[in-house]
Amino acid sequence: MTPASAPIHGATDVLLIPCPHCGERDESEFDYGGRAVLLPALDASTGEWHQALHLGNDSAEFADEYWYHSAGCERWIRLRRNLASHDFVNTGSNGPEEAN
Amino acid sequence: MKYSAVSLLQQAFGGQRKWPPFVAPAKLNAHYDIIIVGAGGHGLATAHYLAQNHDIDDVLVLDSGWIGGGNTARNTTIVRSDYLLPASFALKNFALELWAQLSQELNFNLMYSPRGYIDLAHSDGELEHFMVRANAMRLAGATVDILNCRQIAERVPGIDLGRDARFPVSGALYQPAGGVVRHDAVAWGFARSASNRGIHIQQNCAVDGFDIQANRVVGVATPLGRIGAGKVFVSAAGATASLAQLAGLRLPMEPINVQAFVTEPVKPVLDSVVNYNAGLSYISQSDKGELVLGGATDGYLSQARRGSFARIEDTLARALQIFPFLSQLRMMRHWSGTADIPMDGNAIIGDTPVDGLIVNCGWGYAGFKATPAVGWNMAQYLASGKLPGLLQPFALERFSSGALIDDAGIGPYPWRH
Repeated sequence: MTPASAPIHGATDVLLIPCPHCGERDESEFDYGGRAVLLPALDASTGEWHQALHLGNDSAEFADEYWYHSAGCERWIRLRRNLASHDFVNTGSNGPEEAN
Repeated sequence: MKYSAVSLLQQAFGGQRKWPPFVAPAKLNAHYDIIIVGAGGHGLATAHYLAQNHDIDDVLVLDSGWIGGGNTARNTTIVRSDYLLPASFALKNFALELWAQLSQELNFNLMYSPRGYIDLAHSDGELEHFMVRANAMRLAGATVDILNCRQIAERVPGIDLGRDARFPVSGALYQPAGGVVRHDAVAWGFARSASNRGIHIQQNCAVDGFDIQANRVVGVATPLGRIGAGKVFVSAAGATASLAQLAGLRLPMEPINVQAFVTEPVKPVLDSVVNYNAGLSYISQSDKGELVLGGATDGYLSQARRGSFARIEDTLARALQIFPFLSQLRMMRHWSGTADIPMDGNAIIGDTPVDGLIVNCGWGYAGFKATPAVGWNMAQYLASGKLPGLLQPFALERFSSGALIDDAGIGPYPWRH
């Protein structure tokens, strides 16, 4: 029987986040850190801060995001995700400290 | 045709086969004064008020799907105006005034039911914040009250106010004029009125691009061909950001999934709208008897229109804490929609850097209640070119100027709003 709401390609029933340290883990183990946007210097212009805080949404399809594995290895990880299918791509282990 | 007991009787003699089409099929013109992109509540309300208040009918409403098939059909039908900040409050309170007369005005039963909205506080600090909000609303002319636990128990039988609850209730903000309005009927009622007044509505016709010349929008590209326009008003909820990209604009907002749920229908048990604030779970009972529930967003960016199981469990667990009788009920349906949430959590309404391209978006999961107020004011703007005071605070420029309207004081984190 076809389910009423067909699964999206690549998606599972829960978001399984591929932690580079712990493997695929349930989303409930993570805190979300949002898009990996590099913040400007504290004395940067208003325009630069506006760009970073409000217009960091460079893609509606994909996002490079930070996740904090709070109920696991307690490390920040950075992953690229398709926002429609929730497929993760380009898994890396660099957290905000390393990125900055 | 005006709906009445007489028309019902007449059509009964015709075997109910001669009702005119709800929305008249339109043969599209090559050019319209105004093209509205998005046939949801806000877009159709704008069309209705353009015709009714301003006698403008050279208008086309386009939708990639069908009338009211997006977030208008996905919300939990609640209307209220309990906001602290003046801009947020004023627009939604004006909408409450309009809701009260809309069924008569549209000659269409919107099943408007001002049954009262009860917002539960779980600590003395939270209750104090609610008093601040209630007083701000009173100063602005609204009727609102603070209830103690005894009053809540009288008003809402079945609620668990036990002191040993996980999140005990310490009081509530009560807005009597809050309630529910049948969401589908809102879209249909506005569509029927607009269509009857000569406005064209074209369903299943996506906008693929904008014709922009010398920084001025002069038309839209669709599968049915190019259609010229004097002004283009984009009011497409979760799709607005992608549409704006077609015009080369980036809007300061993100897509986030929001879910809602419906139980099996039961006899009347709940005659108010109750919001449980410890983590967020809100509940009301539909006229069919189903209990309608919603919760917070899924908590991360998503275009999936398909929700996280973690959030379902979380919302329902909280609902059970406050209404233990819910454990007896089966969950019948569940759905989700893409909410477009700006960086300060409030709507973006007005001009864009492209001349003639006007947007109304970023309502997140709070847009339904404002439907007629946005339509009324946007129609006035499109007709006169003068932005009404109620809409001015929501301008796109507020992000670069710093005049943000952050009701919850959260900051540029859309998934937390």
